[in-house]
Amino acid sequence: MVLLALLGGRAEAGLEITVTGGDFAALPIAVVPFAGAADLGLDLAALVSADLSRSGQFRTVDPAGMLERPATPEQVDFRNWRAIAVDNLVLGQVVRSGGGLAVRVQLLDVLRGRQLEQFEVPAPDSRRLRPVAHRIADLIYQRLTGVAGYFNSQIAYVAVTGPVGNRLHQIVIADSDGYNPVTVASSREPLMSPAWSPNRQTLAYVGFERGRSAIYIHELASGALRKLVSERGINGAPAWSPDGRLLAITLSFEVNSDIYVIEAGSGVRRQLTRNFAIDTEPDWSPDGSEIVFTSDRGGQPQIYVVNSGGGEARRITFEGRQNSRARFSPDGKWLALVNQDENGYRIGLLDYKTRALRILSEGPNDESPSFSPNGAVVVYAVQSRNELATVTVDGRIRQRLSQPGDVHEPAWSPVAP
Amino acid sequence: MNKLALVTLSAVVLTLAACSGSGRKTGDSGSSDSSGAYGNAGAGGASGTDAGSASNAGGAGAKVPAGRVVFFDLDSSELKPEGQALVQGWAAYLSANPSAKLRLEGHGDERGSREYNISLGERRGNAVLSGLTSQGVAARQLSVTSYGEERPVDLGHGEAAWAKNRRVEFIP
Repeated sequence: MVLLALLGGRAEAGLEITVTGGDFAALPIAVVPFAGAADLGLDLAALVSADLSRSGQFRTVDPAGMLERPATPEQVDFRNWRAIAVDNLVLGQVVRSGGGLAVRVQLLDVLRGRQLEQFEVPAPDSRRLRPVAHRIADLIYQRLTGVAGYFNSQIAYVAVTGPVGNRLHQIVIADSDGYNPVTVASSREPLMSPAWSPNRQTLAYVGFERGRSAIYIHELASGALRKLVSERGINGAPAWSPDGRLLAITLSFEVNSDIYVIEAGSGVRRQLTRNFAIDTEPDWSPDGSEIVFTSDRGGQPQIYVVNSGGGEARRITFEGRQNSRARFSPDGKWLALVNQDENGYRIGLLDYKTRALRILSEGPNDESPSFSPNGAVVVYAVQSRNELATVTVDGRIRQRLSQPGDVHEPAWSPVAP
Repeated sequence: MNKLALVTLSAVVLTLAACSGSGRKTGDSGSSDSSGAYGNAGAGGASGTDAGSASNAGGAGAKVPAGRVVFFDLDSSELKPEGQALVQGWAAYLSANPSAKLRLEGHGDERGSREYNISLGERRGNAVLSGLTSQGVAARQLSVTSYGEERPVDLGHGEAAWAKNRRVEFIP
């Protein structure tokens, strides 16, 4: 079921979003068009509403269905909102002081007929209002769900365009709603495996130069780029340690693909796994004590775990024919991974403690899951359509993100501080 | 604000000299003769374009073999009989031309995760390398690069495309 087609009038070419699925158990909320916002060129309230709706936690109300459009709390007649079964109401006023703008927002409890919260979000640059809307949505989400929001975050991904023989590979960073895409790296040879540092200031990724691969460290603010490692063979699958000091990576120059741990600053490294099978795709547990990875030492790719200091690896996936490319949820309770069985390659959610597996996506060729910074949503690549998709971890709300060409390997950033 | 800082990101362009050095072609980045090789590949890989550089000096009659690609089954790095025939031809050529070099490019189809496919592509390249060295080719003449599923020759999403993409290319 197509519930909403969001966000008309895209500011620039970016990922186009379609939301499907819905749940009427979600919290009904109305975001009234903000007062004083008519000349901003951007409907802030609609953006806030779209963020909340996409999260799957909220059911929003179209302004056409509102019985009144109060500018301030004093103007609210709560009966008009109870009549359309709204539990919470959001009002906003754009305030101008000196040269700057700010948005004052009130969150109201319709059932109790009172204000829950008021806050003010500054808008230092009137041409950059989308982050302001995402910030407002984050504050409302946090107040009503008790969990941090994630709208003011970004997704890095790989975009490939052009015909065979003349392909252009790019690493792009867009806002979590697909807008404001910025190309940060571009190459005629493949680019792979973008990975955010925990402070979100740096991206690690894999590039090729004249057939030789390397892991690059890219400081986003300055644009400074350095080669962390480029051994013979594979240099791949970078994953930052939670403290941002180390990366787990895959190198193959000694025998074949094994996991190494390398210092981001010095490049000093140690070998973590040593096996004649393929070991790759490492990821750190949030406390840094363990590293999960893909290995086909048992014949087919499965997920194994090893202490980050070294030791014996233990297999932890047993359902389906293959399991690969696991990513820890921010709270460490779940692994998002790619599960393969007769239904194809689908995104699964593995309970890290009980090892119970739940399938989240439809397949037949999905890959590269990545958690939103609050752990509520997983973004992944749908290869059969060359696009990205998100799904809430309860499986209720799905969203497609596409742009011309092939889009894959999404990596969700930490939330803005 | 971080948000604003990110607007000013400078885009980094990883430069790639399309073709550097003597006799070492770099894959399929825009060079038309490699798409010709792909065309042959679909037909079984052993006929057609002699790729120009036939007389690589040295051995009279020892021509650069025409076949430039071998194919693999899903999740497999085992050389099939037609692949072994191609390897024999290359082994004869490389043994007769000890100064000649060969780069083996391993590739996979889009199924399975990307970094795993990079490793699988390397395993396929190494399988061909082993086939060549077991027939007397010197290891110093050979190198292996894996592009995994990142450089498909067929952008389709079905078995026909996948079969063409699971391959090792021979790049003299």
